Amino acid sequence: MMIVETARKFTSLAIPNQDQFLYGACPHPLNCGLGLMLGAGQVFPEVNFTLPPMSITRETWAEVKAHYEEMAAQILRRAVSLAVPGIVLEFELLPAMTDEPEWGAEITAILKRHLSAAHEKHKLPCALRVTPTDIRDQQKPPLLRTGEPWQRLRRSFELCAEAGADILSIESVGSKEVHDQALMFGDFPGIVFALGVLAPRDMTWLWSEIVSICAAHPGVIAGGDSACGFANTAMQLAHQRMLPEVLAAVVRAMSCVRSLAAFEQGALGPSKDCAYEGPVMKAITGMPISMEGKSAACAHFSPLGNIAAAMCDLWSNESVQNVRLLSGNAPEVFTEILAYDCRLMNAATAAGGALALRDWMTASDEWLSPQAAVLSPAATLRIASAIVAEETPYRQTVAAGRVAVDILKEGVVAGKLRLSRKEQQWLERIEASLDELPAEESALIAVLEEQYGGLYDKASYGL
Amino acid sequence: MAQNIDLYDAILNGNAKKAHAATEAALAAGADPMGLIQESMVPAMDEVGRLFECEEYFVPELLLAGRAMKSAMELLKPLLSAAGQRMAVRIVIGTVKGDLHDIGKNIVASMLEGSGFEVIDLGTDVSPENFVSAVEERKPQVVCLSALLTVTMPAMKLTIDALKTAGLRTQVKVLVGGAPVNSQYAKEIGADGYSENASGAVGLVKNLVAEA
Repeated sequence: MMIVETARKFTSLAIPNQDQFLYGACPHPLNCGLGLMLGAGQVFPEVNFTLPPMSITRETWAEVKAHYEEMAAQILRRAVSLAVPGIVLEFELLPAMTDEPEWGAEITAILKRHLSAAHEKHKLPCALRVTPTDIRDQQKPPLLRTGEPWQRLRRSFELCAEAGADILSIESVGSKEVHDQALMFGDFPGIVFALGVLAPRDMTWLWSEIVSICAAHPGVIAGGDSACGFANTAMQLAHQRMLPEVLAAVVRAMSCVRSLAAFEQGALGPSKDCAYEGPVMKAITGMPISMEGKSAACAHFSPLGNIAAAMCDLWSNESVQNVRLLSGNAPEVFTEILAYDCRLMNAATAAGGALALRDWMTASDEWLSPQAAVLSPAATLRIASAIVAEETPYRQTVAAGRVAVDILKEGVVAGKLRLSRKEQQWLERIEASLDELPAEESALIAVLEEQYGGLYDKASYGL
Repeated sequence: MAQNIDLYDAILNGNAKKAHAATEAALAAGADPMGLIQESMVPAMDEVGRLFECEEYFVPELLLAGRAMKSAMELLKPLLSAAGQRMAVRIVIGTVKGDLHDIGKNIVASMLEGSGFEVIDLGTDVSPENFVSAVEERKPQVVCLSALLTVTMPAMKLTIDALKTAGLRTQVKVLVGGAPVNSQYAKEIGADGYSENASGAVGLVKNLVAEA
């Protein structure tokens, strides 16, 4: 029976030394699924796949299931063919599959059947990560702790755990109702309020629930969360020139604190692939992480293609539709791409070259974008150190933001990071906003009540 | 009517308080409400759009300008209604059924509003029936449909089909957008237009309205 650890506080770094901060290795390796050991020396592919454009209804349900049968069979066929040392399949439920928890569980069972068969026949170490959709934001303001959507989400976790999930995750959205607006208007105090005051409260509550569900299902691991709806939204908007890149990079650093709350409540990793804040989690907790970069271009572009792999334990493609390409269906194609990425990393490790490869992956991206500049091993450790040095999530969030600003400014001064005039103005504006923030969160809550009070339900955050 | 520089600058700089004050002062001095819109506010938003296009402005500056415009409009709308006038174009926008994503849709809505259009935002997870009701009741000239997920794209077609069934399709232009959508898909489902980004959507609406 899994022991439920609750409310642990990380006050120091599990990986304090940059030279020990490597891909495929972490201080607390994780045994999960069917004989798969994460973070014990090797990197494994984590393949994520989804449906082509189609409706999900009772009438199309047989076709939906057929797609998942086909994707699982083809992915595992390729994995066996390429002799991967292990693999994780991730099933991200679509909203309709969380709305109808039995549907998500049915697909979970299909995927686990395929994994079990591959494990039995080919001795393939493997695991199934299942990620229900956070559907709690269906009404405005969202009710996060009560109501039908939360009940269905909870039921989805339970049924998927019963149906064979090895790892449970979520990309939770608590405080997104405030963060979206603050981000779009470039309102830095509002962003800090969302990331440092509201989001950690929801994460703490939600992940205590998820950890409890896992504890009731032996062998099921509480994985981790992702600030996808916050930091990735900012990153993608910046990529489209809609937001300053420096703002998106600072948001990334500050989002680490809300994602850390999952581990504080007892999550064991691996954190979600789209959680680019994962290396900070790994530095603080010593637990394995999943990352995505160049081989996730099927789902979205990013400036982090190589550097994202530098400290990963699972290497993911984010999501790919089951559509036909020349060689085969896209999920099978991306299984091959990930498998070769992992082979190279593991071969480098076996030859004693992991540190060199990590540094090459870092150097190839680090100063070409603000987002990459805050993701190097050195930057990650600085952000992680700033977080564990503070007491409260609010102070931790502000501290992470300050360090990110420092890293970007130092990069500019050193002539490594090139920013446009507008980006530099925004960086100065962010720094000034950080300086003007009140020392205590209660003061920030009071100041922003009029502006954002109508957007969120106070009880959902225990306020 | 000459351009009101204070109002123009307030909108360009995204200062809602100053825009409100400048409008109040102009009205007190006897300015024509529609003249303020046409000579000062729309040109300011056009300049904001230009600055955004050439990457001098990001979305926050754009939205702050839109907020300033809205602040001024709050003073002008009652006067326009009393005079039997209204904003020239009304737009209904929403994320289609099954899809909860709204940040892209919100940006488009804000930019349309900032460009002087009247925008009715139906929110997310909007059923075809609700789009039909909104068209029946609010009589917009344009309907904008948003989707982020591949599995909710079909709801765009269902919505367009529902408008046809209700006999409303010819009364509105339908635009579609969102990460998985492209112009080919828009054509396949019978939409009138597609834009890959928010500023393109504004230009598209302007073109479609001008053609109508």
